This record gives sequence, C-alpha cells and structure tokens, in this order.
Amino acid sequence: MSDHPHTHPAGPASGGFAPVPPALSQTRRAPINYLNAAYSVRSWLLTLDHKRIGLLYLIGVTFFFFVGGVAATVLRLELMTPGGDVLHSPDAYNRLFTMHGVIMIFFFLVPAIPGVLGNFLLPLMIGARDLAFPRLNLLSWYIYMFGGTAALILLIFGGIDTGWTFYAPFSTTFSNTMVLPAGIAVFITGFSSILTGLNFIVTTHTMRAPGMTWGRLPLFVWAHYATSLIMILGTPVLAIAVLLIGLERLFGIGIFDPALGGDPILFQHLFWFYSHPAVYIMLLPGMAVVNEIVPCFTRRPIFGYKFMAGALLAIAVLGFLVWGHHMFVSGQSMYAGLIFSFLTFFVAVPSAVKVFNWCATMYKGSVRFETPMLYALGFIGLFTIGGVTGLMLGSLGIDVHLHDTYFVVAHFHYIMVGGSIMAFLGGIHFWWPKISGRMYPELWGKLGALVIFVGFNLTFFPQFLLGYLGMPRRYYEYPGEFQVLNVMSTAGASILAVGYIIPLIYFIDSLRKPANAGRNPWRATGLEWQTASPPPTENFAVAPVVTTPPYNYDPAEAEQTPWNPFQPEQEPVHVG
Amino acid sequence: MWNFPILPESASSVAPDYDFAFWYEVAVGVFFTLFVLVLVLGLANRYRRGRQVDRSHPPTHSLKLEALWIGVPLVIAMSMFGISAVLYIKQFSPPGDAVEIPVVGKQWMWKLQHPEGKKEINELHLPVGQAVRLKMISQDVIHSFFIPAFRVKQDVLPGRYTEMWFRPTKIGRYRLFCTEYCGTDHSVMGGWVEVMSQADYERWLATEQAGESLVEEGRRLFVLNHCAGCHGENATVQAPRLEGVYGRPVPIQVGDRVEFVQADDRYIRDSILLPKSQVVAGYQPIMPSYQGQLSEEDLLKIIAYIKAIGNRPAPGPAAQPQYDADRGIQPAVEVPGYDVDKPPGATLLPEQTR
Ligand code: HEC
Ligand code: HEM
Ligand SMILES: [Cu+2]
Ligand SMILES: [Cu+2]
Repeated sequence: MSDHPHTHPAGPASGGFAPVPPALSQTRRAPINYLNAAYSVRSWLLTLDHKRIGLLYLIGVTFFFFVGGVAATVLRLELMTPGGDVLHSPDAYNRLFTMHGVIMIFFFLVPAIPGVLGNFLLPLMIGARDLAFPRLNLLSWYIYMFGGTAALILLIFGGIDTGWTFYAPFSTTFSNTMVLPAGIAVFITGFSSILTGLNFIVTTHTMRAPGMTWGRLPLFVWAHYATSLIMILGTPVLAIAVLLIGLERLFGIGIFDPALGGDPILFQHLFWFYSHPAVYIMLLPGMAVVNEIVPCFTRRPIFGYKFMAGALLAIAVLGFLVWGHHMFVSGQSMYAGLIFSFLTFFVAVPSAVKVFNWCATMYKGSVRFETPMLYALGFIGLFTIGGVTGLMLGSLGIDVHLHDTYFVVAHFHYIMVGGSIMAFLGGIHFWWPKISGRMYPELWGKLGALVIFVGFNLTFFPQFLLGYLGMPRRYYEYPGEFQVLNVMSTAGASILAVGYIIPLIYFIDSLRKPANAGRNPWRATGLEWQTASPPPTENFAVAPVVTTPPYNYDPAEAEQTPWNPFQPEQEPVHVG
Repeated sequence: MWNFPILPESASSVAPDYDFAFWYEVAVGVFFTLFVLVLVLGLANRYRRGRQVDRSHPPTHSLKLEALWIGVPLVIAMSMFGISAVLYIKQFSPPGDAVEIPVVGKQWMWKLQHPEGKKEINELHLPVGQAVRLKMISQDVIHSFFIPAFRVKQDVLPGRYTEMWFRPTKIGRYRLFCTEYCGTDHSVMGGWVEVMSQADYERWLATEQAGESLVEEGRRLFVLNHCAGCHGENATVQAPRLEGVYGRPVPIQVGDRVEFVQADDRYIRDSILLPKSQVVAGYQPIMPSYQGQLSEEDLLKIIAYIKAIGNRPAPGPAAQPQYDADRGIQPAVEVPGYDVDKPPGATLLPEQTR
C-alpha cells in the first residue's frame, strides 16, 4: 500500500476536505490544485468549480445514503419476525418504508452518479474547463440540498405514509400525514435534475476539445447525455403529477379521487410516465461507469463502440414507451396491457447488447482484478439477474401473480442496488486517485466488494422466493410461513451494512495519507487521466487536443509493461 | 424449522398454466444468467494478466456478432411475450358458468356476499370446481385482491367496478391478501378462501342467517328508494322501464345526437349516481342523483336486481315512449309539479329525506 517515501515532486501536503494533520505537511509546497487552491468554507460553498461541486454532491448523497440505510436496517429488523415488535405500530413502519424509498430514490440514487462522477468527470473527459453553466450547476446543488433537507426534516417530524409512489386517492384524500410538504420537496428537487441535465447536454454539445468528435466521446459521456435527455423530458411530468396531488389535497379539485369526479388511474399514468424512465436515470449512469472500467482493466478497446452508444440512446427513448407495464392489474384495459408488454420486451434488447459487448471486451484482453473491476463484474452479473426478472414482470400474465409482491422488491433492488450502487462504488474507487490524489487500500477494497456482494445476494435473493410464494410488499406483519426466508434476508442485510461501512472508513482514512497517487495510476486512456491528480482548478494547464479514438489500449503491450497502480508516482507530473 | 414452503400451492384452473409459463421464463432467465456468468468468468480467467495466450489484434467490432445478440434475445423475448399474453387473455376471460360474487373493499376489510344472500367478511367459502367471478369495488382507496394459490390478482378501485375470475380445483384453505398499499392496516387486510366439497358447501350455506337472496334485497332497496315510484308499473312519471335493459344497447342523448351505450354494471351505476351524465333519449333528466345516499353494497344489490329482471321481456311497447330513429326524439311528457330535487315519495318516508 501507499506508505512509501514521498518522492513525488508534487509533494504530499495538499488540502482536502478533511484537515491534514500538521505532521504530514512537508516543507515543499504542493502544486496548486482544485483542493488546495483555497480553504475557506466560503470558497467551498460559493465555488463554481465543477470538481468542488461534485464533491459537495458526494457529501450530500453519502449522507442521504446512510440515512436511507438506517431506515432500511430498521425495516429489516422489524421483518425478522412475523408480528410487529420492533416499531410497535404499523403507522411507524409505513412512514419508515416511505422515508426509505423517497430518500433512496429522489435524494440518493437519482443524483448519485450524475451529481458526483458526472459533474467531476464530464468536463475533464471532453477536455473542457468547466460545465457550460457553472452558476446553474451550483444552483442545482443548493436546490438538491434544500429539497433533501426539507424532506428530511418533515420525515423526522411526522413523516408521510404514502410510499414513494404517492398513489391517489390515498395520497390526496385519505392520508393525514405531511404529503403536501413532501410533494413540494420532491417538486423542488426535480428542478435540480432538470438543471443538471440541461447543463450536461449543452456542455457536451458546445465545449468539446478540438478533435473530440462525437465518435471519440467516452461512453461515460454518451450515457450521461442519454440520462440528461430523460431528466429534462421526464422530470417535468413528475412535477405536474405532484402539483396536481397538491391541488386536489388543498382545494379539493377533483383530478384523481373518484369521489370528487377524478380518475385514480390517471395518476398512475402520470407517475409512471416519469418513474419508469427514472429507473433509467438511475441505471444509465451506472452503465456509464462500467463502460470506462471494463476497457481499462482489460487493456483493450471496448467492443462495439457504436452499438454501445446506440444502445444507451435506445434505452433512453424506448424507456418512455413502457410505463404501462406497472399497471397490468390496475384496471387499465387488456389491450393497453398487451401493447405496453410488447414494447417492454424491446427495451430488453439494448440491455442485452450492452451485456454481451462487455463480455466480448474481455476477449483477447489482459484482464486485471483490482477493486473497480470487481465492482464492474458484480454489476454485470447482478444487472443480468435484475434484467431477466424485469422481463418476467413485463410478461403480462406472469406479472399478475408477482405484482406488488416481494418479487418486485427483489427485482428493483437487483437493478438499483446490485446494479447502480455497485457501479457507483466501482466508479468512486476507480476515480478516487483523480478526485483526492490518493489510492485506497486495495486489500480492504477487495474485502469490501466481496462482503457487499455476498450480503447483497443473501438479502435480496430470498425475496424472489417470497414473492413467488405470495408475500405482498409494504407489509408490516406477515404470515408465519414466510419467516425463514425473511430471517435470511435480514441476516444478509446486516452483512450488507458492514460491507457499506468498510469503504466509508477507508476512503476517509485515505485522506490522512499524502496525495501521491500520481497522474494516471491505472494507465488509463481518457483526458481526465492526462492532467494532474488532483487536477488544477482550470483542469488542464494546456488545452488538450484529441488525436486518437477512445479506449486506445493495447493488451499485448500491456502484458509487457509493469503494472503497479498502488506504487506512488515516480515520474514527474506532465500536465496537458 | 426447515418445514417452510418454497413453492406456492396450486389450487385453481389457471395455476398450472401460470406455473408452466412462469417456469418457462425462469428457465430462460437462468439459462441467460448462467450463459453470461460463464462467458464473463471464462473470458476473464482465460485472458487474465500473466497468462500466455494470443492477444494480437483484439477485434473491436463485428456486425455479425451484434446482429446475433440483437436477434436471438429478440426472438426469445417474443416467445416470453407470447406465452404470457396468452395467459393474460385467459385471466381476463371468465367462463360462461361463473357465479358472480360482489366484493366491497374498505380500509381495512373485505366484504363479500353470496348470491344466496349470505354475507362474509375477510372470508370466502366456495364449492370446489365452481367458477367464480368477483365484481369488486372499493369504498375508499385502491386495494387489490390477491389469492396466491389461485395466481390471480386485481386492483379494486373506488368509483368503478373491476372483475376477476377463477375456478378453484382443490379443497383447502388458502390465504387472501390485499396487495395495494392502502394505509395503516394494509398488512392485515386479508383472510381466507375456503374451498369445500359441494356437499360441505351446501351445508355451510344452510347454517344460520339464510336471509334474503341478493336479488331479493336489491328489489327491497329498489322500492325503498322510490326507484319503483318512477320505474315501476304504476309510475306516475315518465321513466323507462328497467326490465330487459341490462346487457342491451341503450340510446343516449348526446347534444342533438343519439348514441348507443351498452347497459353494463358501470352504466347502471352511473345512471344511479350521475343520472345527468347519460340521459336516455326521449326522457327528461328528472332522475335525482343518489350520490352519497346508497352504499356500495346497496348499489351492488340494486344492480343485481336490475340484472335479474334483465331477462324478463320489457312490458308492451305502449308503456315505453318509442324512440324512432327517423323522427328523432319524441317530445318528452310534461310532469306537472314535479321537483327534480325532491322525487315523489321523498316525502313519504321521512328517514329518507336528507
Ligand atoms: C323521479 C323519478 C325517478 C326516480 C325516483 C328514479 N329514476 Fe331512474 N330514471 C328516471 C328517468 C326519467 C330516467 C331516464 C332519463 C335518464 O336517463 O336520466 C331514468 C333512468 C334510469 C336508468 C337508465 C335506464 C335506461 O333505460 O338506460 C336506470 C338504470 C335507472 N334510472 C335506475 C334507477 C334506480 C335504481 C333508481 C332508484 C335508486 C331510480 N332510477 C330512481 C327517473 C327516476
Ligand atoms: C433499469 C433499471 C431498473 C430499475 C431501477 C427498476 C426499478 C423498478 C422499480 C422501483 C419497480 C417497482 C415499482 C413499484 O413500486 O411497484 C419496478 C417494477 C417493474 N420493473 Fe423495473 N427497474 C429497472 C429495469 C427494468 C427492466 C429492464 C425491466 C424490463 C424490461 C423492468 C420491468 C419492470 C416491471 C414490469 C415492473 C412492474 C412490476 C410490478 O409492479 O408488478 N424493469 N422496477
Ligand atoms: Cu417501468
Ligand atoms: Cu391494502
């Protein structure tokens, strides 16, 4: 690990987001980078630097992840026994699962990868100085934090019990919890997504370095482009749905409640019109990360670049046509069901294309198994399971039995936790040297990945069985015959919790070490690796010019070159 | 400890079809997952760093391969669509011999009534082999009626009937759940379906409150709520006779056009609660709304009654104002002194006036 003498000319002492113990500061000054350029709180809270804003997002999403995680832990503890004995009240349970869902979806997973890695890397990858609208970018973060804090406060003082799906007329007429404030919080936070999406799209169109043609864009950028399209087209519909809920609740205008002359199915259409594409807002950035990790750790160009980029766009577009597959037993017509199901099977195809191209990328590669690669492989496996079970749910007659059971819960956790969060963690490990200038401890990294993988499967695989057996979701108490599988799931959840705490600890701990990871420890292609780690505020000392295709790796040559990413950097830093 | 179920019981006529389709898709999924697993681990191991293998000229694209892994998954996906669509259509097509049982969901219980009149809460007793069609409505929020052993589920909506059918094939006691989150006691809004032999079922039906049949109760409500005062034989106002109306097309006045609408449950329900929304051609919109006055159970009973008289031929044409397609709508008959907000007879029963 990286406690070698500090021969790096950059010198070890650099500021960070954790105070550096004086013992570590050295006589030689570190080059100015985005972290040590200024230290005041003000310089962070008013920063327009996309890299600092990315870190602000990292703090925000990590916080909300652990809040949502605590809620999940309590839910799992409650479900260890059939009766209600941890929370002592069904209302408390209902509020807790709502809190878990709202936080995890709107305040963790939707902003996680785009907000942290997208913000940090998108300008670096295309050779730009910053995003197109740095002020809007900062505003997005403030909107997000404002919405999140407001939601957290009201969830603690009273909470809501509608589930993250806000189905009417329960949410409009019957629930007497704080639906309105929660709706406003979600409404406001939506603008953060819209602004981020807008920023990414404009940046990708207008700020690419000379030579960075569309055909040379890293797939990470393509995926964020596709995600941004969904964000700006889908989020307004969610905002409208939430607004209408508010109108009906406040003024009794009959939109969704049949007692007032409304139609409850209309709400479901509006909600899923956003929320199915939203699952791709959460998933595509995960694919973005895996697209970068796999070629780097196989040391060869990605297989089928054009199809990979096309698949991302196809998923984004087709994702808008399948929302009705959440409503097969809602009372929508049988013919609507048939059409939505038919279209759903077409979304599966680009996902399969991605999986097979990743596999093909390993052929004739020079494969290494450092932590980021372990997470990427985990992503491929778990996403595959999530995807095939998604197809089962998209199968009309089969969904009839499985709908709203634990099978659905297992399915979307395989996609969102097994898929997106695995990718997020893989990405944080991969770019941690770039972000912080430090390596993480590889042994602990591998251990953490293993614990998470085992814990995850033990938590969620039994839920497929529970769902097929018929255990409905959102149940505070359940029949005794389901207990054994639930105990397994809770046991898995406790392993999973440990798994998530391990990286949290070693990432924070790594900040105490000197920043000597070097410019490009993974010897990766990609412009972000051409500049110093951590990068200077202006990203590149000399404006980069792109002359080669992306993923320009050579496996045969890689075999001959020593591979020691965890050695501190020896060579002098080249910037540009 | 290890005596817990892994597979759900299979106790209805669609359950075997369901399980066939389910296991087909599981097999496809397992095959696909294992295939990916072997591919990933196999390639990763074969080409792991340090192994002496040929790494020259790694291919970067292949149209043939892309076509292969677009085509094959598409074909497999279509087979999944086909098998599940056939199943879905089956789940939506009740057989002709199905007995209709009305179900009302409310926070947090299920209320059911047999055609013979017997009422149940959170339980449903059925004879084995008898197809059943549930006509369901909610009094408040959305619920969902789910019997895992039968592989059937249908959301139960406020303001609108939804239907679901099944034919139990095995004697036994099966769980019934609510699967649409509906508030505080969602998780205990369930009960049992008890499938019995024909003889046991008849014995069960005969015990305790025999009471009136569903149709009988509906007829009583029809009179009690003064429907008969307008729609009955000796009516003083001009209103259509309801014999024979159920299941037939009814001419509805829409602006100055006439459209035909099928008189199904939903139509009858809307006619009672929102009479102004569908006025029968040739009549004045004088029928009062019963919104808020009849419970969901009462409505179901009245509909059962109207349905029961549906097979009776309508009384002679003289009693009905003729609708003549050529001449358009006949001028409606004036009802002297009639107050729309106070139907005749409203004064007869004081407890009915609100
Ligand atoms: C004041 C007289 C009056 C009363 C009381 C009344 N109705 Fe009506 N009803 C009418 C008239 C007139 C029409 C035809 C015009 C229309 O469609 O509104 C009608 C139409 C209907 C129809 C549609 C018939 C068709 O041919 O399509 C139904 C069904 C119906 N009523 C049921 C009921 C029921 C059930 C009740 C009691 C709960 C009831 N009505 C009470 C006057 C009345
Ligand atoms: C891409 C990432 C995905 C995510 C994040 C995701 C997430 C979710 C979530 C949260 C639900 C639960 C909805 C509820 O509350 O009822 C759900 C259900 C569903 N998902 Fe996914 N999903 C993803 C991918 C897929 C795929 C690839 C398919 C199929 C092609 C699919 C098909 C379905 C279907 C049909 C349902 C409805 C099941 C039901 O409610 O009965 N999903 N998904
Ligand atoms: Cu969906
Ligand atoms: Cu419920």
